[in-house]
Amino acid sequence: MIDRAWSLFFLMVPILGVGIFVWAMVGVYPMEGLWLPKNVNEYGVIIDNLFMFILYLTGVIFIITGIVMFWFLWKYSASNNAEPVKFTHGSHMLEIIWSILPSAVLLFIAIYQMNAWADAKMRRPMVTNADGEEVVMLPVARVTGRQFEWRIQYAGADGLLDTKDDVFTVNELHLPAYEDVVLQIHSEDVLHSFFLPNLRLKQDVVPGMDQYMWFKATETGSFDIVCAELCGWGHYKMRGQLTLESRERFDKWLANLRAEQLLSVFDPAADDGDE
Amino acid sequence: MSAIPADSQRTETPRMSLSAFFTTYVFSKDHKIIGLQFLFSTLLWFLVGGLLALGIRWQLAFPWQDMPVIGNMLFAAEGGQISPEFYTTLFTMHATVMIFFVIIPILAGAFGNYLIPLMIGADDMAFPTLNMLSYWFMWPAFMLIGSSFFTPPYGAGGGWTSYPPLSVMTGAAPGSELAQTLWLLGITCVGVSSMMGSVNYLTTIIQMRAPGMTMFRLPLTIWAMFITALLQAFALPVLTAAGFMQVADRLLGTGFFIPEHLVVNNSIPASGGGQPLLWQHLFWFYSHPAVYIMILPAMGMVSDIISCFARKPVYGYKPMVYSISGIAGLGFIVWGHHMFVSGMNPVLGMTFMVATMMIALPSAVKTFNWLGTIWGGKVEFTTPMLFALSFVSMFIIGGLSGIFMAATPVDIFIHDTYFIVAHFHYVLFAGTAMAVFGAIYFWFPKMFGRMMNDTIGKVHFALTFIFLNGTFFTMHILGVVGFPRRLADPYPYKTFEHLQPMNEFMTYCAIAMVAVQILFVVNFIYSIFYGPRCGRNPWGANSLEWMAPSPPGHGNFDFQPVVYRGPYEYGSPEVDTDNYPQTQPPPPKDVPPTSEH
Ligand code: HEM
Ligand SMILES: [Cu+2]
Ligand SMILES: [Cu+2]
Repeated sequence: MIDRAWSLFFLMVPILGVGIFVWAMVGVYPMEGLWLPKNVNEYGVIIDNLFMFILYLTGVIFIITGIVMFWFLWKYSASNNAEPVKFTHGSHMLEIIWSILPSAVLLFIAIYQMNAWADAKMRRPMVTNADGEEVVMLPVARVTGRQFEWRIQYAGADGLLDTKDDVFTVNELHLPAYEDVVLQIHSEDVLHSFFLPNLRLKQDVVPGMDQYMWFKATETGSFDIVCAELCGWGHYKMRGQLTLESRERFDKWLANLRAEQLLSVFDPAADDGDE
Repeated sequence: MSAIPADSQRTETPRMSLSAFFTTYVFSKDHKIIGLQFLFSTLLWFLVGGLLALGIRWQLAFPWQDMPVIGNMLFAAEGGQISPEFYTTLFTMHATVMIFFVIIPILAGAFGNYLIPLMIGADDMAFPTLNMLSYWFMWPAFMLIGSSFFTPPYGAGGGWTSYPPLSVMTGAAPGSELAQTLWLLGITCVGVSSMMGSVNYLTTIIQMRAPGMTMFRLPLTIWAMFITALLQAFALPVLTAAGFMQVADRLLGTGFFIPEHLVVNNSIPASGGGQPLLWQHLFWFYSHPAVYIMILPAMGMVSDIISCFARKPVYGYKPMVYSISGIAGLGFIVWGHHMFVSGMNPVLGMTFMVATMMIALPSAVKTFNWLGTIWGGKVEFTTPMLFALSFVSMFIIGGLSGIFMAATPVDIFIHDTYFIVAHFHYVLFAGTAMAVFGAIYFWFPKMFGRMMNDTIGKVHFALTFIFLNGTFFTMHILGVVGFPRRLADPYPYKTFEHLQPMNEFMTYCAIAMVAVQILFVVNFIYSIFYGPRCGRNPWGANSLEWMAPSPPGHGNFDFQPVVYRGPYEYGSPEVDTDNYPQTQPPPPKDVPPTSEH
C-alpha cells in the first residue's frame, strides 16, 4: 500500500542526516572546508575530541531511534498489520531500563568533560617567580573591546600592564606560539565576545569585569578574531587578526612597534579614555 | 449537527443586534471564541515572522545586494538593500514575533483555551472575564512591538535577549531610543496576558473536571498545559521585574545593569554601579522555563494524536506525566547553560552543566514512549499523524544537539554560532510548529464542524518537511565551522568566506518553505466554509471533546459528561469497537473501573 511509503519518508531522516555529516567530515565536493576549522591550540584538541565523542555517541542514538521509528511505522501500518493492536499501557521494566541507561551515559559525559572545562576556564598557567614560588602567569597583553574594534595593549618589556613601556595596536594581535600565553580581556562599552575559532577559545567580554584567557599555540600563522556577541549595528565588522609567530619574531615586532610609538610622541594616558 | 444552544443562536443571526455581535464574537467570554481569536491572530503573526526571516536569509545569501522587486519599496533610502542597522532589527523582530506572538500564544492561548474545558468536561473556564482580558492584553503588545518596529530610524535591535548595556544605553545603539522602551513594554504586556491565562488554566484544571475525571485520567495535552501554566506562574514575575528594571535603567538612569567606567560612543554615561550579568540571570531564569512553555503543550498534543492514529494506548502514561513534571522542575535550575561563556563563575557553570545533562533524560524517556506507542499499533497515516510523527523525528535531532551545547568545553566553541540556531529551530520550528500544524489538522473538525482536505494536507506536510530540513539541518554544519549568529556579513572573515554558497542554498529552501504555506492557508480558509461536514467524532477518538457537538455550542456539552476511564483506551478487549470513549459506561457484566489508565 502507498500509505506505508510514508515510513520511508522518516527513514530518510537518519540516512540523509548522517550522510550530510559524514560528507562534511570527509570534505569532498561540494562540501570542502565545512568542518571544524584547523585547530592550533594545545587544549583545543581536547575540545575537538570531546565534540567527536559526543557526535559518535549521539549519532548512534540518532541512527537507532530513526531506524526503530521507521521499522515500527513500516511493520505496524494499518494497511499491513492484520493482527489486533497490542493492548498495553507500558512496561515498568522497560521504563526503568531506558531511564537508567541514558542517565548513566549523560552522567558519564558530564563527569568526563569536567577536567577539560577546568583547564579551559579555571586553571590559569603558573610560573615560578624569582623567589622560587609558583604564581599565576601575568597577561602579555590586554584586549579591550569597544564599538567596533579590538584595542590591544602590550605589557612590554617589564611584563606589567599600565606602565610606561606599554605598546598599543588596534585589531592586530601578535602573540608568540609554542608557549603558554595569558591575555586579559576587557570591554569599555557594551558586551562583546572574543572568539578565536582556530584556538577553540571564546569568552564574552563584559564591561566592569577583567577576565583572563590562556592557550598554547602549536603553530604559527595568521587567524581570525571574531566578535561573537551582538554589540550593535557594526557587530559584523568587528574583525581582528591574530598573528602567531616564533618568540624571536614576536619580540622583534614588539620592539619595533615600541620604537615607532616612542618616536610619534604617543601618550597612552591621553588616548586611553577609560583610565 | 444536534440541537444545541449555539445552533439556535445561529438561526437568529439576522436579528442579532450589533452589541450582541460584539459580545458573541469580539469581546467574547466563551473559551472557544477566545481560543479561535488567539489562533487567527497568531497565524497572522506567523506569516509576519516568516517574512522577517526571509529578510535575514536574503542578507546572508546575498549580502548588501538589492532585493529584487520589493527592495526598493522597503528600503528606498538604502537603494533597496538591507542596512546593518536594519539587519539587527530584522533578527530581533523575527525572534520576538515568533516567540512572543506565535509559539507561546498559539500553544497556551489558542489550544490551551480551546481544549482545556472541552477535554476535562467543563462548560467554560473558571474565570471567563479574565480569559477575555488575557486575549485583549495581547493587543497593546501587538501595537507596542509593531510600533517599535516602525519607530524611526531602525527599531529595536538588541536581539530578543535584549542584553544590556547595548539595550540600555541609547548611545550604544543610536536610533533605539524609543523603540527599545516600546519593545520592553510590549513584552511586559505579553507577560501579563500569559499570567492571566495561566491562573485561569490552573484553577480550571484543578476545580472544574467532570465527575470521574481524576488527574490520572486527564489527556496528556491537559497535563502539559497544567505544567506549562505552573511554569508561567513561577517564571513570569521574574521577567516582568527584570523588564521594569531595564525600563528604569533606560528612563530613570537607575543603572541596575550598567557598571562603572564605561565610555560609550565617546561619552561617559551618568549611571553605574550595576552588573550586566544580572540581566542575563534574570532573563534566562524566565526564558529557559519559557523554552519548555514553548514545547510541553506540543508534546502533549502529539501524544494524543499519535495514540489516536496508532489506535493504541499511549505507552507509559504515568512515566509521560512524570517526565513532563521532571522537565518542568529541572527547567528551573538549568538557566545558566545560556551563560557558560558569559563571564559567570566557571564553577557555577559546571553545576549548570550537570543539571542540563540530566534534563535530556526526561526528553529521552518521552521519545522512547512515543516509539512504544507506535509499536504494535495500526498506524493510520493521516495528515495530523504525519505532522505528529515528524515532531518526534525532529525533536530527536533537537534533543541530541542539546547535548553538544550542554558539554561546556564544546559550548565554548559552538556558543553563539549557527549550531545554536540549528538546535532551537529543530525544537521550535521542526518540533513545536510542526506539532501545531498537526494539532490544527486534528482539531479543525471540532472547531469548525468541517474537515480539512487530507490530500492537500499531505502535500503541505511533505514539502514543509523537506524544505525545513534543507533550511535548518545545514545550520548544524555552519555551526561546526564556527559561523557566528547575528552577523550581517560574515564573509570577510577568512574562516567563513567559503560558506556563502551553502547559505544561498538554505535561503532557497527557506523561500520555498514559506511559499508552500500557501497550501495551508488555502486549505484552512476554504475548509472553514466549504469543507465536508463531519460528525462529533470524525477520528474515532476517546477524549471528551469528541463527545461534544462539532462545533460545540455555548456551554460545550449537550449532556453531563461522566468519565469512566483514561483517554487512551484504543483497541481495548473490553469492547468490540476500536475506540472506547471516556464517557462510555463499561459493559454491564464488568466490575466498575478500578485503576486509572
Ligand atoms: C534535550 C534537552 C535540551 C538541552 C540539553 C538543551 C541545551 C541547550 C543549551 C546548553 C543551550 C545554550 C547554548 C548556547 O547558547 O551556547 C540551549 C539553547 C537554546 N535552547 Fe535548548 N536544550 C534542550 C532542549 C530544548 C528545547 C526543548 C527547547 C525549546 C522548545 C530549547 C530551546 C532553546 C533555545 C531557544 C535556545 C537558544 C536561546 C538563544 O540563545 O537565543 N532547547 N539549549
Ligand atoms: Cu560584536
Ligand atoms: Cu535553556
